[in-house]
Amino acid sequence: MRDRRLILQMLAFFLVGTGVLLFIVLDVVHWFPAAATAQARNVDRLYKVMLIVSVPIFVLVETVVVFSVWKFRMRPGQENMDGPPIHGNTRLEVVWTALPAILLLSLCTYAFTVLHSNEKKKANEMIVDVTGQQFTWTFSYPRANGQPPVKSLELYLPSNAHIYFRIHSKDVIHSFWIPAFRLQEDAVPGITTDYRATTTNTAATYPIVCAVLCGLGHSTMRSFVHVMPPGQFAAWEAKAGGPVTAAPGQAPAALGKQMFTSSLGCGGCHTIADAGTSGTVGPHLDQVLKGPKHSAAFIRQSILQPNAFIEKGYPANVMPQTFGAVLQPTQIDALVAYLRQVSK
Amino acid sequence: MSTAVLQHPPPTTPQRRPLAAKLKAPGWYRVLWTTPLGFGLCYGLVTGIRAVSGYTPVLSGKAITTTSLIGVPFAFLIGLGAFDYWFYWAAGRRTRPEDHSGHGAHSWRDYFRVNTDHKVIGIQYVVNSFFFFLVGGLLAELMRAELASPGAQFMSANSFNELFSVHASLLIFLFIIPVFAGLANFVLPLMIGAPDMAFPRLNALSFWLLPIAGIMMVASFLAPGGAFSTGWTAYAPLSTNVPLGQTFFTIAVQFAGASSIATALNFLVTIITMRAPGMSFFRMPLLVWANFSTSLLVVIATPFIAASQFLVLLDRALGFHFFDAGSGGNVVMYQHIFWFYSHPAVYIMMLPGFGIVSEVLSVKARKPIFGYRMMAFSLLAIVVLGFTVWAHHMFTSGMQAWIRIPMMITTAIIAVPTGIKIFSWLATLWRGILRVDTPMLFVYGFLTMFTLGGISGVMLAMIPIDIHVSGTYFIVAHIHYVLFGGSLFTIFAGVYYWFPKMTGRMYDETLGKLHFWLTFIGFNLTFGPMHILGLQGMPRRVADYASKFAGLNLFISIAAFALGLSTFVFLYNVISSWRGGPRAGANPWRALTLEWQVSSPPPVFNFDTIPTVVGGPYEYGVQDAVHGIFQPAVSAGGGSGGSGGAAGVGGGGDGPAGTAHGPARE
Repeated sequence: MRDRRLILQMLAFFLVGTGVLLFIVLDVVHWFPAAATAQARNVDRLYKVMLIVSVPIFVLVETVVVFSVWKFRMRPGQENMDGPPIHGNTRLEVVWTALPAILLLSLCTYAFTVLHSNEKKKANEMIVDVTGQQFTWTFSYPRANGQPPVKSLELYLPSNAHIYFRIHSKDVIHSFWIPAFRLQEDAVPGITTDYRATTTNTAATYPIVCAVLCGLGHSTMRSFVHVMPPGQFAAWEAKAGGPVTAAPGQAPAALGKQMFTSSLGCGGCHTIADAGTSGTVGPHLDQVLKGPKHSAAFIRQSILQPNAFIEKGYPANVMPQTFGAVLQPTQIDALVAYLRQVSK
Repeated sequence: MSTAVLQHPPPTTPQRRPLAAKLKAPGWYRVLWTTPLGFGLCYGLVTGIRAVSGYTPVLSGKAITTTSLIGVPFAFLIGLGAFDYWFYWAAGRRTRPEDHSGHGAHSWRDYFRVNTDHKVIGIQYVVNSFFFFLVGGLLAELMRAELASPGAQFMSANSFNELFSVHASLLIFLFIIPVFAGLANFVLPLMIGAPDMAFPRLNALSFWLLPIAGIMMVASFLAPGGAFSTGWTAYAPLSTNVPLGQTFFTIAVQFAGASSIATALNFLVTIITMRAPGMSFFRMPLLVWANFSTSLLVVIATPFIAASQFLVLLDRALGFHFFDAGSGGNVVMYQHIFWFYSHPAVYIMMLPGFGIVSEVLSVKARKPIFGYRMMAFSLLAIVVLGFTVWAHHMFTSGMQAWIRIPMMITTAIIAVPTGIKIFSWLATLWRGILRVDTPMLFVYGFLTMFTLGGISGVMLAMIPIDIHVSGTYFIVAHIHYVLFGGSLFTIFAGVYYWFPKMTGRMYDETLGKLHFWLTFIGFNLTFGPMHILGLQGMPRRVADYASKFAGLNLFISIAAFALGLSTFVFLYNVISSWRGGPRAGANPWRALTLEWQVSSPPPVFNFDTIPTVVGGPYEYGVQDAVHGIFQPAVSAGGGSGGSGGAAGVGGGGDGPAGTAHGPARE
């Protein structure tokens, strides 16, 4: 009789607790950033299902602990008493072995279908080669007719398109993670890894993050993905494939500043007051580009062959040695012009 | 056990010995010359080989350091006397007969020598572990200070990488794994009615390997180029290319691992061969079962991390190119070998805690453990399944895609035996007479927090979710819910529970409860929000982050400082109670297991009479039930609770009734 009332109280607590907690985790907490791919929507749905399954289990455990402590805690006078010697209950034990097993296998099945649909090969996939190196990403778009691929330090993608990423590494392991895509795969030296993404029709810019510790500048190994309408993307690709020039009326140093602070990510490691950057991985450029180091030749060499001169107190092999391959001569000139200007 | 050795050995009176004798006898004086000698030998060996082989420069600091890191610890151990007996034996000289004068501790100095008493070693382990716990915690607070706002605050990116690498390595290899081994070292032989561990000298050696590993990890901060900075996972090829500090990790892990393996062997042999008469496997307390299972895991898995770090060492020191893709090396291989240990290591860090929870919960709920046999079997199931899930750490590693599917299924299924344990503990609570004191609060905290860690673990098993959150703060949150809310809560429960037995003193209950609530709240405020950070897109192991994460990170940092302060409550409580707390009785919790049937702290040789086990360990509520007796069992009625002429001890309810030994002995 007393037990029955207790069970009813617990049931009420359990139901209310589950309801409140489900409301909180499903409607109040924002777990994810915007979903920018079809894959992301599948992952978010899977996560929601996991929440719906998990919350009652958690609340069940809480209910039993809370009510046990409340109802069965030792009262004065019970110091020398023991509880009833219950050693087990086979039926109960079978239930709490079998039910979770069935539940878990069902979840695995669902997760498998999500994985399968996320990774299925699609028709008309656009290929992008992604290369990770300490501490930048390079994106390369293969072109037909033997033309050299278009290269970029930020990722540009058409909306509503199937993309097939081939992922490479030049040095250590990196991980190519786009949180808005819910996709991640390591860039592994020696092998090519891959994943597939289907962009939605939203045009927006999202961060790209390296998610595997890759050394000194790991936290600066970031970039951006710009998803844009297909027409705009084609225009970008045509322009990026051609020579880069400063905008009409833009001084080369202004283009250099723009590159320093944004696409190249120089500011992640180097401080320049004028550019408003505060990185400390590499030398403080306001301070070191003085005297003989102020020459255009020295600055150019430091960009193209960073190991040629290493500032005291800084290790070699930290700065990427591939800017020569990625940047066009106009861009290098612009960068040199900017660095000479600010370090006067 | 002859009666001759039961005499309490007289305290060794400090006598003035000539310096020459001190320098020759095992101990710190001898360490003072063997250690430099060891360094000299390493220096000479390396330099000689380089000179002979024509390497330039002949003097290489890197090569000398690497060799010394291996050689000098042995010179230290030889000086301290860890190998004396074996050397005598191997040389065919007369070994000194064991007179057990080395047993027990009469002053604090006895904790600083090669002591073969499992109780002394247990305390050495626990104190040593908590020292590195404080160091590791301090490193975490420094990290949170840096992370309090985006951008660089007061440390370089490399210093930050060093901090989290040393933090994790210390807390895993020098705290959680050995502190469990330490607690078990103290109580396990007592629990099974054994006078000591099976191999006391090996036991002493196992302990002394640990401070070596710990000091080596901390000392790496002094290495040129800084401490190791590749995380506790030390993924190749990053770890094969970073400065010298990495070598300190690579070699320290060998010492910590060797300690782990030796202790596990010791536990296995002790449990299998030294149980008291009548203690069948299914009469063993679950802590013994838990350490039996853990030791199986350690013995099978730990050689794999040793191998992974040896491969890195060979790559670093001798240019083997195991992990150099350009020379035909295989980068993903490192992760397979590493995780083949490091996933079972998660269970190595959890199963002993399960054992502690079972002990505390049954005694303090005054009920038998619900489904005792299933509890034991689920431990073994976790051991077996634990070896089949390692590649779930590698869902994004570029390994063969199909491996992910079976690993997802086994990872999900391992939640079943874990769930059985949680449900059985809940059923044990049901209708008990529950104490709500400090050890039990930590058990309640464990039940709720570990459930959360288990739930996020099942989420991580689901490949598509893992692909998104791999390498993010979601992982950081999950691992801390499992290792802090799980393992550390059980460690605190165990330390408070056995504190009276280990020190002979009671801790302060009010401070204990304060410690629990500060820890419980601080823990959740610190690690709870990290789930959201990870899902939102913040990677782990970064000194800098996007400004949209600034608010949550500041919140987490403040909570982390509060959590850090709670540790001082614990420290003050245990230190002041150890020095001057009220004397503890033999059996303050009215427990049935054997360690509570001897005085607190226990006699030097544990039992004056070998106990006979006549029933299960958790027969609370059963009229007149006893677990062990200190007289030969009446052969006819021995199996059924010894209700005949045998005198029971402890438990029961009406205090000690005619015990041969036990509560009366204080």
